[in-house]
Amino acid sequence: MSTGTVATFEDSLERLEVGWTHASPDGLADVLEGLCSDQTIGVDLPYDGVDLPEWVNTDPTPADLHEANAGITAAGLGIADYGSVVVQGTPDGIEPVSLFGDLHVAVLRRSDIVPGMPEAFDWLGEEFRTGHSSAIIATGPSATADMGALVKGAHGPKEVHVVILDE
Amino acid sequence: MSKAREAKAAKIRQLMETEGDAVGTSTRGFNEGRYQSVQTLDDYEGLKSEARAIKEDAIERLPELIDQLRETVESNGGTLYIADDAADANQYIREVCEDKEAERVVKSKSMTSEEIEVNEDLEAADIDVVETDLGEWVLQVADESPSHIVAPAIHKSREAIADLFNETFEPDEPLETAEELTMFAREQLGELIEGADVGMTGANFITADTGTMALVTSEGNARKTAVVPDTHVAVAGVEKVIPTVEDLRPFVELIGKSGTGQDITSYISLLTPPVESPTVDFDAPDTPLSATETDRDFHLVLIDNGRFDMREDDQLRETLYCIRCSACSNVCANFQHVGGHAFGGETYSGGIGTGWEAGVEGLDSAAEFNDLCTGCSRCTTACPVEIDIPWINTVVRDRVNRGEVSELDWLVEGLTPDEEPGGVSLQKRFFGNFETAAKVGSFFAPVSNWAAGLGVSRDIMERFLGIDARRELPAFQRETLKDWFENRTSRVDDPVRTAVLYPDVYTNHVQVERGKAAVRTLEALGVDVIVPDVRSSGRAPLSQGMIATAEDHAHDVYAGLAEHIDDGRDIVVIEPSDLAMFRTEYEKFLPEKSFERISEASYEVMEYVFGLLEHGADADALSTSEGEGVAYHSHCQQRTLGLEGHTEAVLSDLGYDVATSDVECCGMAGSFGYKSEYYELSVDVGSELQGQFQTDENRDRTVVASGTSCLEQLDSLLSRPTQHPIQLVAPRL
Repeated sequence: MSTGTVATFEDSLERLEVGWTHASPDGLADVLEGLCSDQTIGVDLPYDGVDLPEWVNTDPTPADLHEANAGITAAGLGIADYGSVVVQGTPDGIEPVSLFGDLHVAVLRRSDIVPGMPEAFDWLGEEFRTGHSSAIIATGPSATADMGALVKGAHGPKEVHVVILDE
Repeated sequence: MSKAREAKAAKIRQLMETEGDAVGTSTRGFNEGRYQSVQTLDDYEGLKSEARAIKEDAIERLPELIDQLRETVESNGGTLYIADDAADANQYIREVCEDKEAERVVKSKSMTSEEIEVNEDLEAADIDVVETDLGEWVLQVADESPSHIVAPAIHKSREAIADLFNETFEPDEPLETAEELTMFAREQLGELIEGADVGMTGANFITADTGTMALVTSEGNARKTAVVPDTHVAVAGVEKVIPTVEDLRPFVELIGKSGTGQDITSYISLLTPPVESPTVDFDAPDTPLSATETDRDFHLVLIDNGRFDMREDDQLRETLYCIRCSACSNVCANFQHVGGHAFGGETYSGGIGTGWEAGVEGLDSAAEFNDLCTGCSRCTTACPVEIDIPWINTVVRDRVNRGEVSELDWLVEGLTPDEEPGGVSLQKRFFGNFETAAKVGSFFAPVSNWAAGLGVSRDIMERFLGIDARRELPAFQRETLKDWFENRTSRVDDPVRTAVLYPDVYTNHVQVERGKAAVRTLEALGVDVIVPDVRSSGRAPLSQGMIATAEDHAHDVYAGLAEHIDDGRDIVVIEPSDLAMFRTEYEKFLPEKSFERISEASYEVMEYVFGLLEHGADADALSTSEGEGVAYHSHCQQRTLGLEGHTEAVLSDLGYDVATSDVECCGMAGSFGYKSEYYELSVDVGSELQGQFQTDENRDRTVVASGTSCLEQLDSLLSRPTQHPIQLVAPRL
């Protein structure tokens, strides 16, 4: 992915007050350790040779979801113009794991960042036509203004962090 | 004032006092956010047109798309049910819940589910229903109805919500901040979701090609509602079906920006249910998700409830393109002051609410609030699918008019030579035939109380016509612009162009000086001027929903101007609401070619002056200034036509220092501010403009405004004189 698109993505994250960190496959564990506290749940990453550290609970129960401080999942796509990540709903539970913790850490391959919505929807159209059932375009943390002022963390994560995996 | 008008005025007064501040703060914030957010798009107008085209095509092909969707939903493993009406939908949903032996249904926000009142139906069957959107939950706890289609509890302040929660739930520590209230609600609702048996959502869009639905949310409750329980019921109107996944793109880019002014909401859930995500069974809290047997059940309930009839209705069909973003509510000056509890019907509120209520509930519900649309047109450019919302309001008004019976038509007899079949309220007939009243007014001028000349006292006018006695009536001039013009000869030698100055009713009978100033200005710039005898544009009857009468005016006006246009003359219009008729509404009344000719030949007077100066006319022939401060309020319809900047540019070029108001509308809006039931609202809306022109920075500036209504409103709100900008720049006598 071109440097320009990655820079745009980072600018968008900055605007959203979403943190981001670059990591190499070897350095990922250290980066995640710096971001997460105990009670971190996760879903195994679909990238060859990239594994989550041992301390991440990758086989959570409903009780674990309820108690989780952080949830680590892959993101299928990054959308530079908006600072969005696409969270796919997979049988191994990316959707609930990304949703219940106070912090969602999205691990995104640098090559999966696209410039804007037209490219994202070309990709999504292909996804849905080839049988994948759900994806969330997630932009920043969950939020509400229903209680009289903007509050981050309504039903979903209060904070999002994007780890950009440089290959 | 009649009892009905007094009751309406009292309701509006009460809502302005109790809910106006909260609604105003939020809607103005959303509206301002929209202006900023759409600027991030490379081609905003193109994207709107793309969205519009997708909706037009989808509604055109709706039966075919629904057939395709049925196949995809069923092959995905779900069920599609088309419900004829609310009762049909509710029965189906209740049976799904009963089959599951459901004790609790959790819901994410859905206007369509409010429309069918499914909560009441399920509760009657002893099924607990919990609204999980925080705003909806506040209303459920308070037992109140939504006041806004996107932010339903917008009328409640933080303090009011804190009081409600503290009284209802008696927490250990009283809740106070928005953060505390949100975290309290999150915890309460989190537990209710964890124990739910069925999740019910709406759907903003559904694609026929894959059966994928899009949910536009920010809180995350819709995600939990769809993923936690094993049964998902989605409720949506049939109009939500679009052809393909790729078609979602313009809507995803437009909906947040148009609505709450966010570039995009936190979550766009794209779900092709039954989804593959594991269910989260909190009844078995220690069983890993990987060991949970996931057997999901999905029911898509598409609701007709009048929509197929709307599709066949040439005037209401556009309503079905609506994506419920709320831009038309937020931009609307009247809505900003009263909210959806006044500006709304059974379910839907705001500008487009009239179309929905007329189609889904019937004319009675639409008639409740239809008159709050003044036709200012500010919503037409805000709407992401380019719906002509004022036109829908006008059509509904016309239909409501035709259903009304009046026994006092004699009172306006002779003043109302209209094309209406009777039944139109006296108030509307009077204002709709304003041209005739103006002629009589000029005849009796300078009698200061021209109403006395008509043999009608202000008391009678208020009682029977609903013209508020607190409003000063326009002062008709004895010598009309046409009289004045006929008694003089043109003073232009070797003219560069010939302009036909359109003598609108107000310029001809009331604001005659601005007409004279326009003639002098054009002549000073080398333009030969003609002031013909042409009928009024039809704006007045159109505003009252008297469409047949307005159309009759359009034919006469075109007949009166056609030869001038054929001869290459330019039509110059002072009153922006009349120019808007020529450029916009006449498309509905005239043959396409005629509309194109009049629309292309017509100019707003300051736009025309701008063009003359651009083409080399001598600015020194006009009244220039060395920095005189001017406070300018453009007319709402002029802004919609994109013509505010021309006045600003001319004034700046001539050396004036211009500050322009940024309120959407002055609140007067033609006859609206005269009507006794709306007088106080009109003044309340106007107070914003009044405030802007009385700041330290602006209070000494000369006040200019483009529209007659705006000038009348400003005259009543400010102590300093007002004038049309053409009067400022016209050469001194």
